[in-house]
Amino acid sequence: MAGESQTATSYIQHHLQNLAYGKLPAGYTRTDGTVLNESTWTIAHSPKEAADMGFWAIHLDSMFWSIGLGMLFCWLFYRAARKASTGVPTGFQSFVELIVGFIDSTVKDVFLHRNKMVAPMALTIFVWVFLMNLMDLVPVDWLPLAFAHGTSALTGADPHHVYFKVVPTTDLNITLGMALAVFALMIFFSVKEKGLLGFVKELTLHPFHTGKWFIDIFLIPFNFLLEAVALIAKPISLGLRLFGNLYAGEMIFILIAIVFGVGVLGFIGAGFLQMGWAIFHILVITLQAFVFMVLTTVYMGMAHDVEDEHKTDH
Amino acid sequence: MNINLTLIGQSITFFAFVWFCMKFVWPALLGVMQEREQKIAAGLEGAERAQKDLELAQKRAGEQLREAKEQAAEIIDGANKRAIQIVDEAKEAARAEGDRLKAAAEAEIAQEVNRAKEQLRAKVSTLAIAGAEKILAKNIDAAAHSEMIDKLAAEL
Repeated sequence: MAGESQTATSYIQHHLQNLAYGKLPAGYTRTDGTVLNESTWTIAHSPKEAADMGFWAIHLDSMFWSIGLGMLFCWLFYRAARKASTGVPTGFQSFVELIVGFIDSTVKDVFLHRNKMVAPMALTIFVWVFLMNLMDLVPVDWLPLAFAHGTSALTGADPHHVYFKVVPTTDLNITLGMALAVFALMIFFSVKEKGLLGFVKELTLHPFHTGKWFIDIFLIPFNFLLEAVALIAKPISLGLRLFGNLYAGEMIFILIAIVFGVGVLGFIGAGFLQMGWAIFHILVITLQAFVFMVLTTVYMGMAHDVEDEHKTDH
Repeated sequence: MNINLTLIGQSITFFAFVWFCMKFVWPALLGVMQEREQKIAAGLEGAERAQKDLELAQKRAGEQLREAKEQAAEIIDGANKRAIQIVDEAKEAARAEGDRLKAAAEAEIAQEVNRAKEQLRAKVSTLAIAGAEKILAKNIDAAAHSEMIDKLAAEL
Protein backbone atom coordinates (compact mmCIF):
# COMPACT_ATOMS: atom_id res chain seq x y z
CA MET A 1 0.00 0.00 0.00
CA ALA A 2 1.45 3.29 -1.04
CA GLY A 3 2.33 5.54 1.85
CA GLU A 4 1.21 9.14 1.88
CA SER A 5 4.67 10.46 1.25
CA GLN A 6 5.22 8.10 -1.68
CA THR A 7 3.93 8.42 -5.18
CA ALA A 8 2.99 5.28 -7.09
CA THR A 9 6.19 5.54 -9.11
CA SER A 10 8.46 5.78 -6.10
CA TYR A 11 6.54 2.94 -4.48
CA ILE A 12 7.17 0.72 -7.49
CA GLN A 13 10.79 1.80 -7.73
CA HIS A 14 11.28 1.11 -4.06
CA HIS A 15 9.93 -2.38 -4.50
CA LEU A 16 12.11 -3.08 -7.49
CA GLN A 17 15.36 -2.04 -5.84
CA ASN A 18 17.59 -4.62 -4.23
CA LEU A 19 19.46 -4.13 -1.00
CA ALA A 20 22.88 -3.49 -2.54
CA TYR A 21 26.14 -3.58 -0.63
CA GLY A 22 29.06 -2.23 -2.61
CA LYS A 23 31.91 0.17 -3.06
CA LEU A 24 31.36 3.86 -3.69
CA PRO A 25 34.35 5.80 -5.04
CA ALA A 26 36.07 8.68 -3.27
CA GLY A 27 34.50 12.09 -3.87
CA TYR A 28 31.08 10.54 -4.45
CA THR A 29 28.10 12.68 -3.44
CA ARG A 30 25.59 10.51 -1.63
CA THR A 31 21.83 10.85 -1.71
CA ASP A 32 21.73 12.82 1.53
CA GLY A 33 24.32 15.31 0.19
CA THR A 34 27.41 14.09 2.05
CA VAL A 35 30.57 13.68 0.06
CA LEU A 36 32.78 10.63 0.63
CA ASN A 37 36.41 11.37 1.43
CA GLU A 38 37.61 7.98 0.39
CA SER A 39 36.14 4.99 -1.41
CA THR A 40 33.86 3.10 0.99
CA TRP A 41 32.03 -0.21 1.13
CA THR A 42 28.49 0.61 2.17
CA ILE A 43 24.82 -0.12 1.66
CA ALA A 44 23.25 1.84 -1.19
CA HIS A 45 20.63 4.36 -0.05
CA SER A 46 19.07 4.91 -3.44
CA PRO A 47 18.75 3.17 -6.80
CA LYS A 48 21.26 5.66 -8.20
CA GLU A 49 23.85 4.77 -5.58
CA ALA A 50 23.31 1.10 -6.27
CA ALA A 51 23.79 1.70 -9.98
CA ASP A 52 26.93 3.76 -9.38
CA MET A 53 28.48 0.92 -7.41
CA GLY A 54 28.94 -0.85 -10.72
CA PHE A 55 29.94 -4.49 -10.78
CA TRP A 56 31.52 -4.50 -7.32
CA ALA A 57 28.31 -4.72 -5.38
CA ILE A 58 26.26 -7.58 -4.05
CA HIS A 59 22.53 -7.81 -3.51
CA LEU A 60 22.27 -8.87 0.11
CA ASP A 61 18.55 -9.60 -0.03
CA SER A 62 18.78 -11.76 -3.16
CA MET A 63 21.71 -13.70 -1.80
CA PHE A 64 20.07 -14.10 1.60
CA TRP A 65 16.85 -15.53 0.22
CA SER A 66 18.60 -17.56 -2.43
CA ILE A 67 21.01 -19.19 0.02
CA GLY A 68 18.37 -19.44 2.73
CA LEU A 69 15.89 -21.20 0.47
CA GLY A 70 18.63 -23.40 -0.99
CA MET A 71 19.58 -24.43 2.52
CA LEU A 72 15.94 -25.06 3.33
CA PHE A 73 15.77 -27.38 0.34
CA CYS A 74 18.97 -29.16 1.34
CA TRP A 75 17.88 -29.50 4.95
CA LEU A 76 14.41 -30.83 4.13
CA PHE A 77 15.61 -33.30 1.56
CA TYR A 78 18.67 -34.37 3.53
CA ARG A 79 16.48 -35.08 6.53
CA ALA A 80 14.10 -37.06 4.35
CA ALA A 81 17.01 -38.93 2.77
CA ARG A 82 18.50 -39.81 6.13
CA LYS A 83 15.22 -41.04 7.56
CA ALA A 84 14.17 -42.81 4.37
CA SER A 85 13.42 -46.48 4.75
CA THR A 86 12.37 -49.12 2.27
CA GLY A 87 9.14 -49.68 4.18
CA VAL A 88 5.84 -48.00 3.35
CA PRO A 89 6.68 -44.31 2.82
CA THR A 90 4.56 -41.91 4.83
CA GLY A 91 4.05 -38.19 5.14
CA PHE A 92 6.94 -36.03 4.09
CA GLN A 93 8.98 -38.96 2.83
CA SER A 94 6.37 -39.93 0.28
CA PHE A 95 6.11 -36.30 -0.81
CA VAL A 96 9.87 -36.09 -1.30
CA GLU A 97 9.88 -39.42 -3.10
CA LEU A 98 7.09 -38.19 -5.35
CA ILE A 99 9.26 -35.24 -6.40
CA VAL A 100 12.39 -37.35 -6.77
CA GLY A 101 10.52 -39.93 -8.83
CA PHE A 102 9.02 -37.23 -11.02
CA ILE A 103 12.43 -35.61 -11.61
CA ASP A 104 14.06 -38.97 -12.22
CA SER A 105 11.56 -39.98 -14.90
CA THR A 106 11.66 -36.54 -16.54
CA VAL A 107 15.45 -36.57 -16.67
CA LYS A 108 15.46 -40.13 -18.03
CA ASP A 109 13.12 -39.04 -20.82
CA VAL A 110 15.18 -36.02 -21.79
CA PHE A 111 18.75 -36.97 -20.98
CA LEU A 112 19.89 -40.21 -22.60
CA HIS A 113 23.49 -40.31 -21.44
CA ARG A 114 25.17 -41.48 -18.28
CA ASN A 115 26.00 -38.70 -15.89
CA LYS A 116 25.70 -38.81 -12.14
CA MET A 117 25.34 -35.06 -11.86
CA VAL A 118 22.43 -34.25 -14.14
CA ALA A 119 19.55 -35.77 -12.17
CA PRO A 120 20.53 -34.30 -8.77
CA MET A 121 21.12 -30.98 -10.50
CA ALA A 122 17.65 -31.13 -12.00
CA LEU A 123 16.18 -31.84 -8.55
CA THR A 124 18.11 -28.96 -7.01
CA ILE A 125 17.05 -26.56 -9.75
CA PHE A 126 13.42 -27.57 -9.66
CA VAL A 127 12.93 -27.35 -5.92
CA TRP A 128 15.22 -24.39 -5.35
CA VAL A 129 13.80 -22.28 -8.17
CA PHE A 130 10.31 -23.25 -7.09
CA LEU A 131 10.98 -22.10 -3.53
CA MET A 132 12.50 -18.84 -4.77
CA ASN A 133 9.51 -18.27 -7.04
CA LEU A 134 7.19 -19.14 -4.18
CA MET A 135 8.34 -16.04 -2.33
CA ASP A 136 6.38 -14.16 -4.98
CA LEU A 137 3.17 -15.31 -3.31
CA VAL A 138 4.05 -13.62 -0.04
CA PRO A 139 2.18 -10.29 -0.10
CA VAL A 140 4.61 -7.75 -1.55
CA ASP A 141 4.77 -5.46 1.46
CA TRP A 142 5.02 -7.83 4.40
CA LEU A 143 8.66 -8.75 4.43
CA PRO A 144 10.03 -5.44 3.01
CA LEU A 145 8.11 -3.39 5.58
CA ALA A 146 9.02 -5.69 8.42
CA PHE A 147 12.66 -5.58 7.39
CA ALA A 148 12.72 -1.81 6.83
CA HIS A 149 11.13 -1.03 10.19
CA GLY A 150 13.15 -3.69 11.96
CA THR A 151 16.35 -2.26 10.58
CA SER A 152 15.42 1.31 11.31
CA ALA A 153 14.50 0.37 14.86
CA LEU A 154 17.84 -1.39 15.32
CA THR A 155 20.20 0.99 13.52
CA GLY A 156 18.24 4.21 13.18
CA ALA A 157 18.39 4.08 9.39
CA ASP A 158 15.69 5.81 7.35
CA PRO A 159 13.17 3.07 6.44
CA HIS A 160 12.76 4.67 3.00
CA HIS A 161 16.38 3.95 2.25
CA VAL A 162 16.20 0.31 3.24
CA TYR A 163 15.40 -1.77 0.21
CA PHE A 164 14.35 -5.37 0.42
CA LYS A 165 13.33 -7.66 -2.42
CA VAL A 166 12.14 -11.06 -1.30
CA VAL A 167 11.89 -12.87 -4.64
CA PRO A 168 15.44 -13.76 -5.69
CA THR A 169 14.30 -14.85 -9.16
CA THR A 170 13.12 -11.33 -9.94
CA ASP A 171 16.78 -10.32 -9.70
CA LEU A 172 18.48 -10.70 -13.08
CA ASN A 173 21.74 -11.52 -11.31
CA ILE A 174 20.25 -14.60 -9.71
CA THR A 175 18.69 -16.07 -12.84
CA LEU A 176 21.66 -15.23 -15.03
CA GLY A 177 23.99 -16.49 -12.31
CA MET A 178 22.33 -19.90 -12.48
CA ALA A 179 22.26 -19.77 -16.27
CA LEU A 180 25.96 -18.94 -16.20
CA ALA A 181 26.65 -21.98 -14.03
CA VAL A 182 24.64 -24.11 -16.46
CA PHE A 183 26.59 -22.58 -19.34
CA ALA A 184 29.88 -23.43 -17.63
CA LEU A 185 28.71 -27.01 -17.23
CA MET A 186 27.66 -27.13 -20.89
CA ILE A 187 31.15 -26.09 -21.97
CA PHE A 188 32.75 -28.44 -19.45
CA PHE A 189 30.78 -31.51 -20.53
CA SER A 190 31.11 -30.64 -24.22
CA VAL A 191 34.89 -30.55 -23.92
CA LYS A 192 34.90 -33.63 -21.70
CA GLU A 193 32.72 -35.72 -24.01
CA LYS A 194 33.97 -34.57 -27.41
CA GLY A 195 37.44 -33.36 -26.58
CA LEU A 196 38.56 -29.81 -27.18
CA LEU A 197 39.02 -30.51 -30.88
CA GLY A 198 35.59 -32.08 -31.18
CA PHE A 199 34.00 -29.10 -29.51
CA VAL A 200 35.85 -26.67 -31.76
CA LYS A 201 34.85 -28.73 -34.79
CA GLU A 202 31.24 -28.61 -33.67
CA LEU A 203 31.45 -24.84 -33.48
CA THR A 204 33.16 -24.35 -36.83
CA LEU A 205 32.05 -27.15 -39.17
CA HIS A 206 28.32 -26.92 -38.59
CA PRO A 207 25.77 -26.28 -39.90
CA PHE A 208 27.47 -25.76 -43.30
CA HIS A 209 29.75 -28.58 -44.27
CA THR A 210 30.75 -29.69 -47.77
CA GLY A 211 33.39 -32.28 -47.08
CA LYS A 212 35.96 -30.45 -49.22
CA TRP A 213 38.47 -28.69 -47.03
CA PHE A 214 39.16 -25.79 -49.43
CA ILE A 215 35.50 -24.82 -49.33
CA ASP A 216 35.02 -25.60 -45.63
CA ILE A 217 37.83 -23.23 -44.72
CA PHE A 218 35.78 -20.30 -46.01
CA LEU A 219 32.68 -21.51 -44.23
CA ILE A 220 34.39 -21.61 -40.82
CA PRO A 221 33.84 -17.95 -39.85
CA PHE A 222 30.24 -18.08 -40.89
CA ASN A 223 29.62 -21.36 -39.08
CA PHE A 224 31.38 -20.11 -35.99
CA LEU A 225 29.24 -16.99 -35.89
CA LEU A 226 26.01 -19.00 -36.15
CA GLU A 227 27.07 -21.65 -33.64
CA ALA A 228 28.44 -19.13 -31.16
CA VAL A 229 25.19 -17.18 -31.23
CA ALA A 230 23.20 -20.40 -30.80
CA LEU A 231 25.44 -21.47 -27.93
CA ILE A 232 25.35 -18.18 -26.07
CA ALA A 233 21.64 -17.72 -26.68
CA LYS A 234 20.95 -20.84 -24.61
CA PRO A 235 22.03 -19.58 -21.16
CA ILE A 236 20.87 -16.03 -21.91
CA SER A 237 17.38 -17.17 -22.87
CA LEU A 238 17.36 -19.58 -19.91
CA GLY A 239 18.10 -16.80 -17.44
CA LEU A 240 15.96 -14.15 -19.08
CA ARG A 241 12.90 -16.39 -19.38
CA LEU A 242 12.78 -17.08 -15.66
CA PHE A 243 13.60 -13.49 -14.79
CA GLY A 244 11.03 -12.04 -17.22
CA ASN A 245 8.19 -14.23 -16.02
CA LEU A 246 8.83 -13.61 -12.36
CA TYR A 247 9.59 -9.92 -12.80
CA ALA A 248 6.33 -9.42 -14.66
CA GLY A 249 4.45 -11.38 -12.01
CA GLU A 250 6.02 -9.34 -9.23
CA MET A 251 5.20 -6.15 -11.09
CA ILE A 252 1.55 -7.08 -11.31
CA PHE A 253 1.47 -7.89 -7.60
CA ILE A 254 2.97 -4.46 -6.92
CA LEU A 255 0.40 -2.76 -9.17
CA ILE A 256 -2.41 -4.64 -7.45
CA ALA A 257 -0.95 -3.55 -4.11
CA ILE A 258 -1.23 0.06 -5.24
CA VAL A 259 -4.90 -0.42 -6.12
CA PHE A 260 -5.52 -1.49 -2.49
CA GLY A 261 -5.00 2.12 -1.51
CA VAL A 262 -7.65 3.51 -3.88
CA GLY A 263 -10.81 3.70 -1.79
CA VAL A 264 -13.14 0.94 -0.59
CA LEU A 265 -14.02 -0.23 -4.10
CA GLY A 266 -10.35 -0.37 -4.99
CA PHE A 267 -9.64 -2.38 -1.89
CA ILE A 268 -12.30 -4.98 -2.68
CA GLY A 269 -11.38 -5.10 -6.35
CA ALA A 270 -7.71 -5.43 -5.56
CA GLY A 271 -8.54 -8.25 -3.15
CA PHE A 272 -10.14 -10.23 -5.95
CA LEU A 273 -7.36 -9.33 -8.38
CA GLN A 274 -4.74 -10.34 -5.86
CA MET A 275 -6.40 -13.69 -5.27
CA GLY A 276 -6.91 -14.39 -8.97
CA TRP A 277 -3.38 -13.47 -9.89
CA ALA A 278 -1.93 -15.44 -6.99
CA ILE A 279 -3.84 -18.56 -8.00
CA PHE A 280 -2.70 -18.12 -11.60
CA HIS A 281 0.80 -17.46 -10.36
CA ILE A 282 0.97 -20.81 -8.56
CA LEU A 283 0.88 -22.33 -12.02
CA VAL A 284 3.44 -19.87 -13.39
CA ILE A 285 6.02 -20.40 -10.67
CA THR A 286 5.79 -24.18 -10.89
CA LEU A 287 5.91 -24.11 -14.66
CA GLN A 288 8.92 -21.78 -14.74
CA ALA A 289 10.80 -23.94 -12.25
CA PHE A 290 9.99 -26.97 -14.40
CA VAL A 291 11.01 -25.22 -17.63
CA PHE A 292 14.32 -24.13 -16.14
CA MET A 293 14.99 -27.67 -15.00
CA VAL A 294 14.01 -29.34 -18.28
CA LEU A 295 15.98 -26.88 -20.42
CA THR A 296 19.05 -27.34 -18.25
CA THR A 297 18.74 -31.09 -18.69
CA VAL A 298 18.23 -30.69 -22.44
CA TYR A 299 21.33 -28.50 -22.70
CA MET A 300 23.31 -31.07 -20.73
CA GLY A 301 22.09 -33.68 -23.18
CA MET A 302 23.20 -31.54 -26.13
CA ALA A 303 26.61 -31.12 -24.54
CA HIS A 304 26.88 -34.93 -24.31
CA ASP A 305 25.70 -35.59 -27.89
CA VAL A 306 28.57 -36.67 -30.10
CA GLU A 307 28.99 -35.23 -33.56
CA ASP A 308 26.90 -37.71 -35.52
CA GLU A 309 23.91 -37.29 -33.29
CA HIS A 310 24.42 -33.58 -33.31
CA LYS A 311 24.12 -33.48 -37.09
CA THR A 312 20.69 -35.03 -37.00
CA ASP A 313 19.59 -32.44 -34.48
CA HIS A 314 19.97 -29.63 -36.97
CA MET B 1 18.69 -3.59 -12.80
CA ASN B 2 22.41 -3.81 -12.20
CA ILE B 3 24.59 -6.73 -13.07
CA ASN B 4 27.03 -7.18 -10.24
CA LEU B 5 28.82 -9.65 -7.99
CA THR B 6 25.51 -11.29 -7.11
CA LEU B 7 25.83 -13.05 -10.45
CA ILE B 8 29.05 -14.79 -9.40
CA GLY B 9 27.73 -15.36 -5.91
CA GLN B 10 24.65 -17.12 -7.23
CA SER B 11 26.77 -19.28 -9.58
CA ILE B 12 28.93 -20.43 -6.68
CA THR B 13 25.87 -21.05 -4.53
CA PHE B 14 24.34 -23.04 -7.37
CA PHE B 15 27.34 -25.35 -7.57
CA ALA B 16 27.42 -25.73 -3.81
CA PHE B 17 23.78 -26.82 -3.59
CA VAL B 18 24.04 -29.09 -6.63
CA TRP B 19 27.09 -30.71 -5.07
CA PHE B 20 25.29 -31.20 -1.76
CA CYS B 21 22.27 -32.70 -3.48
CA MET B 22 24.44 -34.97 -5.61
CA LYS B 23 26.43 -36.13 -2.59
CA PHE B 24 23.91 -36.50 0.21
CA VAL B 25 20.36 -36.30 -1.08
CA TRP B 26 19.90 -37.90 -4.48
CA PRO B 27 21.76 -41.22 -4.09
CA ALA B 28 20.21 -41.92 -0.68
CA LEU B 29 16.65 -41.22 -1.80
CA LEU B 30 16.91 -42.95 -5.14
CA GLY B 31 18.67 -45.89 -3.52
CA VAL B 32 15.85 -46.33 -1.04
CA MET B 33 13.25 -46.01 -3.79
CA GLN B 34 14.94 -48.54 -6.03
CA GLU B 35 15.44 -50.91 -3.14
CA ARG B 36 11.74 -50.68 -2.31
CA GLU B 37 10.88 -51.25 -5.95
CA GLN B 38 12.95 -54.41 -5.91
CA LYS B 39 11.35 -55.50 -2.67
CA ILE B 40 7.88 -55.02 -4.10
CA ALA B 41 8.84 -56.82 -7.29
CA ALA B 42 10.27 -59.70 -5.26
CA GLY B 43 7.13 -59.79 -3.11
CA LEU B 44 4.85 -59.92 -6.13
CA GLU B 45 6.99 -62.58 -7.72
CA GLY B 46 6.93 -64.57 -4.48
CA ALA B 47 3.15 -64.32 -4.30
CA GLU B 48 2.85 -65.50 -7.88
CA ARG B 49 5.23 -68.36 -7.22
CA ALA B 50 3.30 -69.34 -4.10
CA GLN B 51 0.09 -69.32 -6.12
CA LYS B 52 1.70 -71.59 -8.70
CA ASP B 53 3.07 -73.84 -5.98
CA LEU B 54 -0.36 -74.09 -4.45
CA GLU B 55 -1.91 -75.04 -7.78
CA LEU B 56 0.82 -77.58 -8.33
CA ALA B 57 0.36 -79.03 -4.86
CA GLN B 58 -3.39 -79.27 -5.36
CA LYS B 59 -2.87 -81.02 -8.66
CA ARG B 60 -0.38 -83.40 -7.10
CA ALA B 61 -2.70 -84.10 -4.19
CA GLY B 62 -5.51 -84.93 -6.62
CA GLU B 63 -3.23 -87.20 -8.57
CA GLN B 64 -2.10 -88.99 -5.45
CA LEU B 65 -5.67 -89.41 -4.28
CA ARG B 66 -6.63 -90.93 -7.61
CA GLU B 67 -3.59 -93.21 -7.54
CA ALA B 68 -4.42 -94.31 -4.01
CA LYS B 69 -7.96 -95.10 -5.07
CA GLU B 70 -6.69 -97.08 -8.01
CA GLN B 71 -4.27 -98.96 -5.78
CA ALA B 72 -6.98 -99.70 -3.25
CA ALA B 73 -9.22 -101.02 -6.01
CA GLU B 74 -6.36 -103.15 -7.29
CA ILE B 75 -5.64 -104.50 -3.83
CA ILE B 76 -9.30 -105.35 -3.25
CA ASP B 77 -9.45 -106.99 -6.65
CA GLY B 78 -6.33 -109.01 -5.89
CA ALA B 79 -7.62 -110.00 -2.49
CA ASN B 80 -10.90 -111.16 -4.00
CA LYS B 81 -9.06 -113.21 -6.59
CA ARG B 82 -6.81 -114.67 -3.95
CA ALA B 83 -9.77 -115.56 -1.76
CA ILE B 84 -11.47 -117.36 -4.62
CA GLN B 85 -8.21 -119.10 -5.37
CA ILE B 86 -7.76 -120.16 -1.74
CA VAL B 87 -11.31 -121.48 -1.59
CA ASP B 88 -10.74 -123.40 -4.82
CA GLU B 89 -7.49 -124.77 -3.53
CA ALA B 90 -9.12 -125.78 -0.27
CA LYS B 91 -11.97 -127.49 -2.16
CA GLU B 92 -9.45 -129.28 -4.34
CA ALA B 93 -7.42 -130.39 -1.32
CA ALA B 94 -10.53 -131.53 0.51
CA ARG B 95 -11.70 -133.51 -2.49
CA ALA B 96 -8.27 -135.13 -2.91
CA GLU B 97 -8.12 -135.96 0.79
CA GLY B 98 -11.61 -137.43 0.64
CA ASP B 99 -10.69 -139.54 -2.35
CA ARG B 100 -7.56 -140.70 -0.65
CA LEU B 101 -9.43 -141.59 2.56
CA LYS B 102 -12.14 -143.38 0.56
CA ALA B 103 -9.55 -145.38 -1.33
CA ALA B 104 -7.76 -146.33 1.88
CA ALA B 105 -11.02 -147.35 3.50
CA GLU B 106 -12.00 -149.40 0.48
CA ALA B 107 -8.63 -151.12 0.46
CA GLU B 108 -8.92 -151.93 4.16
CA ILE B 109 -12.43 -153.23 3.68
CA ALA B 110 -11.25 -155.45 0.83
CA GLN B 111 -8.44 -156.70 3.01
CA GLU B 112 -10.82 -157.42 5.90
CA VAL B 113 -13.15 -159.27 3.51
CA ASN B 114 -10.28 -161.38 2.23
CA ARG B 115 -9.10 -162.10 5.70
CA ALA B 116 -12.65 -163.09 6.74
CA LYS B 117 -12.91 -165.26 3.66
CA GLU B 118 -9.58 -166.90 4.52
CA GLN B 119 -10.75 -167.55 8.04
CA LEU B 120 -14.10 -168.72 6.88
CA ARG B 121 -12.49 -170.95 4.28
CA ALA B 122 -10.24 -172.47 6.89
CA LYS B 123 -13.13 -172.99 9.28
CA VAL B 124 -15.44 -174.34 6.53
CA SER B 125 -13.07 -177.16 5.62
CA THR B 126 -12.72 -178.13 9.27
CA LEU B 127 -16.46 -177.84 9.82
CA ALA B 128 -17.24 -179.90 6.69
CA ILE B 129 -14.80 -182.61 7.66
CA ALA B 130 -16.19 -182.66 11.18
CA GLY B 131 -19.73 -182.88 9.71
CA ALA B 132 -18.82 -185.60 7.26
CA GLU B 133 -17.04 -187.53 10.03
CA LYS B 134 -20.18 -187.39 12.09
CA ILE B 135 -22.33 -188.33 9.11
CA LEU B 136 -20.16 -191.11 7.81
CA ALA B 137 -19.41 -192.08 11.46
CA LYS B 138 -16.36 -194.11 10.79
CA ASN B 139 -13.71 -195.28 8.34
CA ILE B 140 -13.23 -192.27 6.52
CA ASP B 141 -9.79 -191.40 5.40
CA ALA B 142 -9.39 -188.01 6.90
CA ALA B 143 -6.48 -187.15 4.75
CA ALA B 144 -8.12 -188.14 1.42
CA HIS B 145 -11.36 -186.40 2.21
CA SER B 146 -9.86 -183.23 3.62
CA GLU B 147 -8.14 -182.67 0.27
CA MET B 148 -11.46 -182.91 -1.44
CA ILE B 149 -13.08 -180.60 1.03
CA ASP B 150 -10.28 -178.09 0.68
CA LYS B 151 -10.91 -178.01 -3.03
CA LEU B 152 -14.56 -177.44 -2.32
CA ALA B 153 -13.73 -174.69 0.13
CA ALA B 154 -11.46 -173.00 -2.39
CA GLU B 155 -14.35 -172.84 -4.78
CA LEU B 156 -16.37 -171.01 -2.22
